[in-house]
Amino acid sequence: MLGPGIAAYLVLSVVLFATGALGVLLRRSPLIILLALEIMLNAGNLALIAFARRLGDGDGQIFALTVMVVAAAEAVLGLGLIVAVSRQRADLDVDRLTSLRG
Amino acid sequence: MEEFLVWLVWVVAALALLASGLAVVLFSNPFYSALALIGNLASLAVLYLLLEAEFVAAAQVLVYAGAVVVMFLFVIAYLGGQADTPWAGGPTLQAVAAVVAAGAIAVEVVVVIALQADERLSDAADVGEAFGSPAQIGNLFLSDHLLAFEVTSIVLLVAAVGGVILGSAMPRPRERGER
Repeated sequence: MLGPGIAAYLVLSVVLFATGALGVLLRRSPLIILLALEIMLNAGNLALIAFARRLGDGDGQIFALTVMVVAAAEAVLGLGLIVAVSRQRADLDVDRLTSLRG
Repeated sequence: MEEFLVWLVWVVAALALLASGLAVVLFSNPFYSALALIGNLASLAVLYLLLEAEFVAAAQVLVYAGAVVVMFLFVIAYLGGQADTPWAGGPTLQAVAAVVAAGAIAVEVVVVIALQADERLSDAADVGEAFGSPAQIGNLFLSDHLLAFEVTSIVLLVAAVGGVILGSAMPRPRERGER
């Protein structure tokens, strides 16, 4: 295999995952939280595809494609929820969406 | 020479990946964040190509950059992307804890990978031309992973129906300013 080994791809995937986790924890806009979630899912995909290359087995790529579909479904529902919430409230701030707090 | 070119492409793609990921997280305007996500996904597609996952790279560009990001941009334009500034008014306890937690995740797993990174992680298997091709992916999907394939289609159908219901059947907005 030309270029860097699988470990380099795994390190890249971890740093990308941490970036996405930082976004989910740090930001208060639900739109950016959804974008950061997509980054975390993609970091997982990168690790899956790196291991698929390591093992010479296509199953990891199948898993990555399935994750991609689930991410698309999650984006649809997340954006639908955000639009529905924004019709009820003017501000979009996840720290202030406390209507369901017991 | 070819080795050097692959390394060059890898380093450029990796730097673009991390920079655009940070840009998504740190831009205050969600519109710019969604645009930065396109760069993130494109550099990921380059890495997939280096890992000989050609079909996944193409699907990545089509599904993400072509569909998901466009949907994000439509919603952000519809809602009028409200800027929120993560560092406004100095770092809060929550922000510091977020940075520490994300850093801890990265350091922990990188240390584990470094401890395990011997020849098991550096020797990749020999794969033929067909690896990662649409033909191979299609064969796997319709033989070994047929159940996952069919369940995926149901998940997509449920998500589409749920999106329509969330978008249309909500009650009329009550007067603004209550609560």
